[in-house]
Amino acid sequence: MSRTRTARAGALVAILVTGVALTACTGNTPDTATQTGGQAGVKVANDEPGEKVVIGFSAPAADHGWMAAISAAARAEAEKYSDVELKVVEGTNDVNLQISQVETFINDKVDAIVLLPFDGAAMTPVALKAMKAGITVINVDREFDSPFAARSTVLGDNYGMGVSAGTYVCEKLKGKSDAVVAEIAGIDSLPLTQDRSKGFADALGECGLNVDNRVAAEFTVESGEKAAANLLQAAPRIDAIWNHDDDQGIGVGAAIKNSGRSEFFLVGGAGSANVMREIKADNGLHKATVVYPSTQGADGIRLARLAVQGKSLGDLVEVEVPRQVELFAPVVTKDNVDDYLPTAFES
Amino acid sequence: MSENTATAAVAPTSGPPDGGRARRAVTGILGSAAGRNTGLVVALVLLCLVGVITAGDRFADVDNLLTILRLASVIGVVSVGMTFVITGGGIDLSVGAIVALSSVWATTLATQSVANDAHWSALVFTALAVGAGCGVINGGLIAYGRIVAFIATLAMLAAARGLAEILSNRKTQIVNVPGFTAFFDASVLGVPVLVIIFVVVAIVGWVVLNRTTFGRRTFAVGGNPEAARLAGIDVRRHTVLLYTLLGVCCGIAAVMLIARTTTGSSTHGVLYELDAIAAVVIGGTLLSGGRGTIAGTVFGVLIFTTLSNVFTLNNLSISAQAVAKGAIIVVAVLLQQRLARRGDT
Repeated sequence: MSRTRTARAGALVAILVTGVALTACTGNTPDTATQTGGQAGVKVANDEPGEKVVIGFSAPAADHGWMAAISAAARAEAEKYSDVELKVVEGTNDVNLQISQVETFINDKVDAIVLLPFDGAAMTPVALKAMKAGITVINVDREFDSPFAARSTVLGDNYGMGVSAGTYVCEKLKGKSDAVVAEIAGIDSLPLTQDRSKGFADALGECGLNVDNRVAAEFTVESGEKAAANLLQAAPRIDAIWNHDDDQGIGVGAAIKNSGRSEFFLVGGAGSANVMREIKADNGLHKATVVYPSTQGADGIRLARLAVQGKSLGDLVEVEVPRQVELFAPVVTKDNVDDYLPTAFES
Repeated sequence: MSENTATAAVAPTSGPPDGGRARRAVTGILGSAAGRNTGLVVALVLLCLVGVITAGDRFADVDNLLTILRLASVIGVVSVGMTFVITGGGIDLSVGAIVALSSVWATTLATQSVANDAHWSALVFTALAVGAGCGVINGGLIAYGRIVAFIATLAMLAAARGLAEILSNRKTQIVNVPGFTAFFDASVLGVPVLVIIFVVVAIVGWVVLNRTTFGRRTFAVGGNPEAARLAGIDVRRHTVLLYTLLGVCCGIAAVMLIARTTTGSSTHGVLYELDAIAAVVIGGTLLSGGRGTIAGTVFGVLIFTTLSNVFTLNNLSISAQAVAKGAIIVVAVLLQQRLARRGDT
């Protein structure tokens, strides 16, 4: 927790940018005018080719659909720009190895490094080293514990995910004060899971509901199946379930199918393409999912390019690239699913 | 530099030792010293050539060399310890977990406040003590509890990482001991302290294995424990010592990892057991025991880290790297076997 606090405090110019990069619309209103399928909505002068930027990109092992999508989206984003050369070293959960990857970038004298650390604190020393060497470091998703270790930070909003899910459940269950709400969390000891759960409980509290049954899985399909089976056993009647993660949601779906129950609706988390297709077809229990953008790495690439070229973030008056960008966690329903499907991750 | 044969290489079931065996061991050291590591040197040189051809000056650069060596240091220290255990006829699957536990224990708030009040070396001693303690337990279970090494250390693998998660509450613990960080961040004549530690551990390991009674006993115990017992060696005590030695090496590796990341975490050292065993095996140490080489292990570690560096420089994926790693293990072992057979005839 203290890590988050220091970084937050350090982020003096922290601003909140809504769904900044790939989504054509902002907020939850479907924008029929610009169905550009994953292309950036606003064409600004920033997209004009500038000086050449060499960017190094490093992320943890792709042992989850979301993480695999992070690297893929970053590569795809870099290819859109003729002035960006991307070096990708992917996939390690060994901090020792990830440090040496970043050291290689420093030796190579890249212009910028976009880094999704396996462990933010453990990667801080080498990020500091890169910044001292004059390299623009963009920190993605897992924060460093020093404000000097990155020029700019791109974060998802875990608390906001919980709030979005809770608010949606409140809307759907309006007037049913005795409704039973259940929650299938991710890895329980992680701060991000605690943030999501807190947001969910806070939002439910606003409309007089609370979490009646709560179980925790581990972001994997089999753990999702196990947790959901236990939950269904424990609660004879449920009105709504929020599942934190769509990858473990595959297992949750299997458990629900085995139980033959269908008296509730399901809200997903993270926003996988699977779940969004189910929402679009409206043929399953998933009525909504809450996005935790898997395009954070891609946003990191854009910010790195802008920061190195000395450009500002389009649509902002501010001259410099912001210190921190916290992405919005929108609710995806049948009404707006087409806007989010192109950037959703395949689990 | 070194390659020893305490028993006939492929026969751990050979008869009790005689006077000739000791003599053969001595000639083994001298006779095959140069020849046995040729395959590894060739492999490393080939890898470097590939590096120079594909990445040019970016590979053949002092900074890049230091990057490779820093990466090799942590896993290298563990591998040196692993060489002893495997030479002594054992195996340890728990090294990664012990590294994690040592790193967590050495960075708890309690340890850090002691380190800040007294001296930063308190942090180092804690890590070494935790590592040694785990080693004693491993060795004790195997030698006196008569649990197969594979099972005993598998249990330690699960338990040590679990304990590390409990101690740290699964959070990453940040080190705030200025003296510690300053010491390990430094370089002597351009060589980082971490690399110096690796070199020292490797040299000490080589001397102990090849030039001391302890080393000779290790070969004897690994080659034929029953014969070693009849020859008057306390095999059980020696087994405990071997695992303790490896535990201490894990403690050293934990200190190095703490220095490199300024953190202790229960996620440190994941799968280090496989990296270490792979390095030891391609180095030419016999998995069934009785034959071991520190120099080979060091080459093994360098081959893997150089491979990883060449892949990083060329933008290749970690998955392709894993495939290449598997291929190298098989080729190296086949090559070693062929060379060994030629050496015997």
